[in-house]
Amino acid sequence: MAPFGVVFGAAAATAGLSLLQAIGFSALVFGGSSQFAAVEILSDGGSVASAAIAGLLLNVRSLAFGVIMAPALFGAWWQRAAMSQLMIDESTAVGAAQSERRWRRYGYLVAGIGVFVVWNLTTIVGHVAFAGTGDLITDLGLDAAGPAAFLALLWPRLSSAPQRRTAIVGALIALALIPFAPPGVPILAAMVGVVAARFGKLDEQPSDAPLDESGITP
Amino acid sequence: MSDATIVLLVMTVGTFALKSAGPLVFGDRALPARVQQAIGLLPAALLAALTIVSTMGDGREIVVDARLVGLVVAGIALWRRLPFVVVIVVASAATAFTRLIS
Repeated sequence: MAPFGVVFGAAAATAGLSLLQAIGFSALVFGGSSQFAAVEILSDGGSVASAAIAGLLLNVRSLAFGVIMAPALFGAWWQRAAMSQLMIDESTAVGAAQSERRWRRYGYLVAGIGVFVVWNLTTIVGHVAFAGTGDLITDLGLDAAGPAAFLALLWPRLSSAPQRRTAIVGALIALALIPFAPPGVPILAAMVGVVAARFGKLDEQPSDAPLDESGITP
Repeated sequence: MSDATIVLLVMTVGTFALKSAGPLVFGDRALPARVQQAIGLLPAALLAALTIVSTMGDGREIVVDARLVGLVVAGIALWRRLPFVVVIVVASAATAFTRLIS
């Protein structure tokens, strides 16, 4: 995460955004890939509309994240709204990987706040320094850190057969759509696809292992 | 107002709406059992999709590069029940090493 914050700050600086605008993206939008997309399109001379739409499309998956996390993000409406601002891949992944509701909330908040702080600090560093740090990230293999972290979070679920099937189907849907859909959409489609398949054969077996129900039923 | 500021404001409002819709609409009410079952499968689909897209995706292209070596090494480390931080470090190191020798 940290290296990508530096790269975003650098990209924003290169695209002509002020430091305040760069921080605005990282603090207010707070969605890595959508920030990159919007800044890249602006940098290429794209229209305001295309930059905003591309950026927002990448955050549509937050809708599904919200449905996953809703039972764990309990509280008054303003508390739920405030916690929602931390909704990103990492916080949802860490939160959803926990099996109890309060640990889901805790994991979500800790991961969300941690990434928020690092992301914004490194955005500043990147904007101020804005040197070509892209090479350093790949030289150190840090672009494999994200995939490894996601796999580690998925790993405990793979011992349950329905979860394993879901993971395989989800991965295949996402992989198949990469060439045909804007970034972010394959991930959303994978989630929608497995839910659709699930509803299609709902009566088959009530077998989805402890992992499924435990954290979700209040 | 510059273009970047307009994009920033539109994305701030839009993204917040997308993020908060679930928690604000559903709150902590219990969802119907079928919905809960389906939602119980979502994290596995999400994590698997994120894993594969962050390993093999590059914009709209599917690429096989050193990241895949890192992911395989991460899988082996997880199978060996190594701690999370170790998994991340060996995956990154394996990716860097693969780039170094290729």
